[in-house]
Amino acid sequence: MAKRSVLGLYSEEDSAADALDNLREAGFEEGEYEILTGVPYPEGTFGEAEPEHKLYRWPLIGAACGFTIALLITAGTELAYPLITGGKPILSIPAMAIIMYEGSMLGAIIFTVIGIIFESRLPRIFMGAYSEKITEGHIGVTVTTDETRTDVAETALNKAGTDGEIIRGWE
Amino acid sequence: MQEHTQLGQKQINEDLLKGVLTVPKWWLPAVAFLGLVVLTGLGAFFYMVYHGLGVTGLNRPVMWGFFIANFVFWIGISHAGIMISAILRLTQADWRRPITRAAEVMTVFSLIAALHTPLMHVGRPWRVLYWILPYDFSRGIWPNIRSPFVWDPSAVGTYLIASSLFVFVCLLPDIAILRDRAKKPIVKKIYAQLALGFRGTPRQWKLQIVAGILLSALVLPVFVSVHSIVSWDFAVLIGVEGWHSTIFAPYFIIGAIHSGVSAVAMLMALSVWLYGLDKYIKPDHFDAIGRLLIIVATTWFFFFFLEWVYALYTLESPELALRELQAFQWPYAPLFVLFIVTAFVIPVPMWLFKKVRRSAALMFFTTILVNIGMWLERFLIIIPGLVRRTHMTFDWGTYHPSIIEILIVVETFAFVALGMLLFAKVLPLIPLFDIKEGMVNRRLIKVGRRVIPATIREGLPHHYYEKKH
Repeated sequence: MAKRSVLGLYSEEDSAADALDNLREAGFEEGEYEILTGVPYPEGTFGEAEPEHKLYRWPLIGAACGFTIALLITAGTELAYPLITGGKPILSIPAMAIIMYEGSMLGAIIFTVIGIIFESRLPRIFMGAYSEKITEGHIGVTVTTDETRTDVAETALNKAGTDGEIIRGWE
Repeated sequence: MQEHTQLGQKQINEDLLKGVLTVPKWWLPAVAFLGLVVLTGLGAFFYMVYHGLGVTGLNRPVMWGFFIANFVFWIGISHAGIMISAILRLTQADWRRPITRAAEVMTVFSLIAALHTPLMHVGRPWRVLYWILPYDFSRGIWPNIRSPFVWDPSAVGTYLIASSLFVFVCLLPDIAILRDRAKKPIVKKIYAQLALGFRGTPRQWKLQIVAGILLSALVLPVFVSVHSIVSWDFAVLIGVEGWHSTIFAPYFIIGAIHSGVSAVAMLMALSVWLYGLDKYIKPDHFDAIGRLLIIVATTWFFFFFLEWVYALYTLESPELALRELQAFQWPYAPLFVLFIVTAFVIPVPMWLFKKVRRSAALMFFTTILVNIGMWLERFLIIIPGLVRRTHMTFDWGTYHPSIIEILIVVETFAFVALGMLLFAKVLPLIPLFDIKEGMVNRRLIKVGRRVIPATIREGLPHHYYEKKH
C-alpha cells in the first residue's frame, strides 16, 4: 500500500514533544514519526530515540583502500619505470611512505563523506510532507504511514496544538 | 565570552542570507575590478607561455623566485581554515561559530591559488601530463616517483579534496535553508539538488555534528603533513645553505598558522564592513582571535630564533655568509628588517592591549602587516639561498622579478578575493545552522547577582546531563 506522510508544525519545543507522546499513545512506532528542525537541538529534547549510526567504520575502510591504492601506484610505478639514482634501492620506503600516508588520509576522508551522506539517509529524492517554515524556526513532526492511518496521525498531531493546518505529502 | 544577543531563526536567516539573496551596491564593481586583475594575470601567463621563461627574472642559479615564494605563502594561508575550524571545533570553542565557514572557504581558494603558481612556474604546464603518462620510452627517461616533487601534489591535492568535501558537508543544512528561501524556480531547483533532500531530522543533525568532529580529526594530520612536505622541498636538499634545516617542518607549520589565522582576522573585519555582520562577529571574537595570535606569533618567533641559532652555532663559513647576505647586505637587509617589524615587532605588542584586540580596524591593520611580513619571510628563505655563489657554480647573479611575475603573483591575490566574493554571492559565509545552534544551546543563568549566558556542550545526549547531574 502507498505510504503517505503528514506534517504538523509547532512553534514551541514542548508542543512538539507532546505531539510525539500523542503519536506513541495512538500506536505509532519509532521510525514511523520524525522530528524536523532547522537547528540541531540537544539529543532527546523532544523525547525521541537517539539515532544510531556506524559512521566510525567508514574512515577505517577508506584508509585501508587509500593505503592499498597508494602502495600499488608507488611500488607499481617504481617497478614499471625503474630509475637507478645513486645506487639507491628501486623501492624506496621513505619516499613511498609519504604517498601512502596521503593516500590513506584521502581514502579515509572520502569514505567518511560518503558515510555521512549514506548514514544521513541522503540523497532523498522526494521530500514528503515538508514546510519551508521549518528552516525559519518551526518544529515539524512528520508521520509516514499507510493511507488508512493518516487520520489517526492527524488527530494526534492536532491534539498537541499545531500552528495552522496539517500538511500532507507522498513518500 | 559574556557578550550575547539572542536572535530568532528567521532573523538569522534574513541577516546572513542578505548577501546571497540581494546584490550589495559595491559587489559588481568589486567583482569587475578583481576579474580584470585576474584576466591581466592570465594574459601575463599566456605571454610567458608564448615567449618562454626568459621573460621572468629567473636565471641561473636563481631558478626559484616569486612563483615559489608565492606558492609557500598561499599554502600557509590555507592553513587558516583547519586551524580555526578543526581545532576550535574539536575543542568546542563557542567563538568559532561565525568564522569557521569563511576560514574553510579561504582554505579552498588559497589552495587553488597555491597550486597554480608552481604550474605556471614550470613554463609549459601541459607537460604535467608527462608525469601521469610518461611517454618518452625511447630514451628511457621518465619522472622519478621517489622525488619530493611527487609528495607536493599528493599532499596539496589531498588537502584540497579534503577541504572542499569538508566545506560541502558543513554547507548541507545551509543549502537547505537557501532551497526554502530562494524565489526563482530555477535557483530553487539548483539549491534543492545541492541540498540532497536535507530536512533536519535528528539523525541528520547528529551526523552533521559527528561529521564536523570526525572530519576535523582527519583533516588535522593532513594539515600538518602539507606544510611539512612543502618545507621538505627545501630541507631535503643538502646543497643550499639556509634550506637544509631539521626544524623546517614545524617552523613552516607555525609560520603558516601565523599568516593563516591573521588572514582569518582580516576576513572577519572585511565581513563586518562589507556585509554589516557586526551582530554576529563581535569585539569578543576579535579579542579571542587576537589572544590566539599572540600565542601563535610568539611560538613562530621562537622557531625563527632557533633556526638562526642553529645556523650560526655551526660557525661554517658558507652558512654565516648566507646569514650575512640575508640580514646585512643590499637588497635583502631592508626586506629582512621590514619582515621582522611587520611579522612580529609591531603587531604582537599591539595585540597585548585589549583595546587593539577588540577593534576591527586595528586588527585588520595588524594582521595585514603580518601577512606582508610572512610573504617576505618566504621570499627571504628562498631567494638569498640560491643567489649565493657556491662550489661548482659557474654562473651566478642576483634576482629581479619581472613585471610578468609580479602580474601573476598579483593575480593570485585577486583570484582568492574574487573567489570569496563569488562564493558569498551563492552561499553564506557564516554557517547559519551553527549560529542557530549556539542560540539554542545558550541559556541565561543567574550567578549571584549577575545573569550570564551558559552554553550546553553540543553533541551530548540528554542522558549525559541527567546521569552526571
